[in-house]
Amino acid sequence: MSGKGIQIMGLRKRYGSGDTAVDALKKVDMRVAPGEVVGLIGPSGSGKTTLLKCLGAVIEPTAGKMILGDDVIYDDGWKVKDLRALRRDRIGFVFQAPYLIPFLDITDNVALLPMLAGIPNAEARNRARELFKALDVEHRAKAMPSQLSGGEQQRVAIARGLVNRPPVILADEPTAPLDSERALAVIRILNDMAKKFETAIIVVTHDEKIIPTFRRIYHIRDGVTYEEAGEGRDFE
Amino acid sequence: MISLAGRDILHSWGKFVFTGMGLGLLIGITLSMAGIYRGMVDDAKVLLDNSGADLWVVQKDTLGPYAEPSSIYDDIWRGIRGMPGVYQAANITYLTMQVSKEGGDVRVMVAGITPGGPGTPGWPPYLVAGRQITRSHYEAVADIASGLKLGERIRLRRHHYTVVGLTRRMVSSNGDPMVFIPLKDAQEEQFLKDNDAIRAQRRRTAENPAFNRPGVPGLLDAIIASQSTNPYVNAVLVRVKKGHDPEQVAEFIRRWKRLTVYTRSQMEEILVGKLIATAAKQIFMFLVILSLVSSAIVAFIIYTLTLGKIREIAVLKLIGTKNRTIIGLIMQQSIALGLIGFVVGKISATLLMAPIFPKYVLLEPLDSAIGFIAVVMICILSSIVAIRAALRVDPAEAIGG
Ligand SMILES: Nc1ncnc2c1ncn2[C@@H]1O[C@H](COP(=O)(O)OP(=O)(O)OP(=O)(O)O)[C@@H](O)[C@H]1O
Ligand SMILES: [Mg+2]
Repeated sequence: MSGKGIQIMGLRKRYGSGDTAVDALKKVDMRVAPGEVVGLIGPSGSGKTTLLKCLGAVIEPTAGKMILGDDVIYDDGWKVKDLRALRRDRIGFVFQAPYLIPFLDITDNVALLPMLAGIPNAEARNRARELFKALDVEHRAKAMPSQLSGGEQQRVAIARGLVNRPPVILADEPTAPLDSERALAVIRILNDMAKKFETAIIVVTHDEKIIPTFRRIYHIRDGVTYEEAGEGRDFE
Repeated sequence: MISLAGRDILHSWGKFVFTGMGLGLLIGITLSMAGIYRGMVDDAKVLLDNSGADLWVVQKDTLGPYAEPSSIYDDIWRGIRGMPGVYQAANITYLTMQVSKEGGDVRVMVAGITPGGPGTPGWPPYLVAGRQITRSHYEAVADIASGLKLGERIRLRRHHYTVVGLTRRMVSSNGDPMVFIPLKDAQEEQFLKDNDAIRAQRRRTAENPAFNRPGVPGLLDAIIASQSTNPYVNAVLVRVKKGHDPEQVAEFIRRWKRLTVYTRSQMEEILVGKLIATAAKQIFMFLVILSLVSSAIVAFIIYTLTLGKIREIAVLKLIGTKNRTIIGLIMQQSIALGLIGFVVGKISATLLMAPIFPKYVLLEPLDSAIGFIAVVMICILSSIVAIRAALRVDPAEAIGG
C-alpha cells in the first residue's frame, strides 16, 4: 500500500460554543510518510486525543484539511460519505488498553474486521494467523482474551489494528501498561509493520522509555504542533 | 461473518441459562394460568357432555340447575316425555357436599339419577372400574378423582352408601368430582333433617290443633308423611329424538309448561359466560400482570447485559461495525433468552405445575403457540431500551481521553 501517508494542514477543532467554547486544536500541521512511525507528545490537555479522534473520523474538526493516501478526507467538511467504512478499511486503532472483545477468541477478535468488510471467514482467519506469526502469539491463537498476559493482549490489539492493512494506524499510549522491555518490543513491532505494509503510524505517548526511539516527533502545546527531530535511537 | 450474539451467549452461557430459567418459571406460571382457565371451561363442557342431555328443563326464570338453585316437581317429566320430539326425559338432582373418607374429606357433587340404566340422561356414560348402580338404594358410583375406592362405604348425610363403580373426568363446573346415587336417596338426603329436627317438627305438628283433630283419625299421620317426603328435583334432562331441532322442542316445552328450558349452547353460555366469568377475568388480570413482569425482567436483564458491553460496543462501532449488526446482537440475545425461558416454562408447566395444581389444567397447543409468539414479541420490545442505549454509545469512547 503506497500513497502519501497522512497530511494534516491547518486543522482546528473547537468544542462547544459561546462562553464555554474550548479551542482544543488551533493549528495542527503534520505529515507522516508511508512506512514511518512518528511520536506525538504533549502535556495533558494539549489536544493529543482530540487530534487522533479527528484523524480517526469519530469527531468532526472545525476547519482545515486532512489527506489520507491519495484522498482528501476532510477539507472544511467531510469529503467521504461513509465514515464507518473509512474507519473499517483505512484506519487502524491501537489503544492504551487492548479493549479486545471478551467473548471472541483472539483469532476472531482480529478476523472480525475483515469479516465486517465482507471477507469470507476462512480467509479472514488466515490473515489473523499470519499476523500472529509475525507478532509471536501464534501458539495462543485459540485462547480467549482473558487467558492472555497484558503484553500478549496488546500484541493482539496491534494485529487487529493491522489486519485490514490500513494506510494509517493511530496508537494512543499503546505502551502505557507495559514494562520497558515489552514497551520497546511493541515499538519494534510497529516499526516492522510500518515498513512491511507501508503504513503511516502516529503514536501518542507520555512514555519516557520509548520517546528516544522516534526519528521524528511532533510536540503539541495548547493545540499547536511543532515538529522536532528525534533521536531515532536503535533499540535492538 | 460470525454470530456475535451466539458467541456472547456461549461465552456467558451460565448467566443466560440461569436468567432463562427464572424467566422460564414465570412463563410456566403464565402458561399454567391459561391452562387453568381452559380447564375450567373444559370442566363445564364435560359436565354438559356427560349429562347426556340436549335440553335442561328448570324452574321458571332461573339459571338452574348449575348456576342458580332450581326446584321443580318430580312428576313434571312425565308430561315432558309425551311432547313431540322428546326421546327421553329424566329427573336429576344435584347437591354439593363434603364426604369424609379415609385420610380426610373431599368435596363432591352428588347427582341423584333416575332408575333406568346406562343411557338414561344423567347417568355416567362409561365406567373405568366396577359396575353401574343396580339396586334402588344406597349404592354409589364415584369419580376416581374423589379418591374413593371400589367397595368403600361413604356416609352422605343420613345414610351409608357402597361405592360400586368408578368413573373418570366426571366433574362439576367447579371441578369437584361427582358421586352418583339413586334419585330417591338423593331427594331424601337433600330434604331430610337430622333426627332431633324431625322429632321437633313432629311434635310441633302434633301440638297444632288444626292438624291433630280427634274426630279425624289418620289426618296427623298423613300430614307428617307429606312433610317428610321431598317431591322436588332440580331439573329434567331431555334427550331429543333424532332429526328434531332441540330449539324447536325447547320452544314447545316453554309454550306448554311454565318452565324455563335451555339448549346445550345456552347452557354452555350460562356456565362459561356467567358462572366462571369472574374467575376468568381474574385469571386474565394475572396473565396481564405476569406478562408485564416478564417484560420488565427481560428488559432489565438485556439492559444490564448491554451496559456491561458498552466498551465492546464502542470498539465495535469504532472498527466500523454497522448499527444493524449491533441491534442484531442485542435483539438476538433477547430472543435467545426468551426461547430458553419458553422451553423451561413449557416443560415446567407440563411436567411440574400441571400435575400438582388441584384444579384441572388443560394446556392447549394453541395457547402455547400464542404464548410463544407473545414471548418473542415481548423480548423484541424489551430489547428496545437496551438498543437505544447501545446506539447512543459514541465510538470516540473507545479511544478514551
Ligand atoms: N468533548 C469535549 N468537550 C469539551 N472540551 C473537550 C472535550 N474533549 C476534550 N476537551 C478539551 O480539549 C482539550 C484537549 O483535550 P484532549 O483530550 O485532546 O487532551 P490530551 O492531550 O489527550 O490530554 P491527556 O494527555 O490528558 O489525555 C482539553 O482542554 C479538554 O478539556
Ligand atoms: Mg488523551
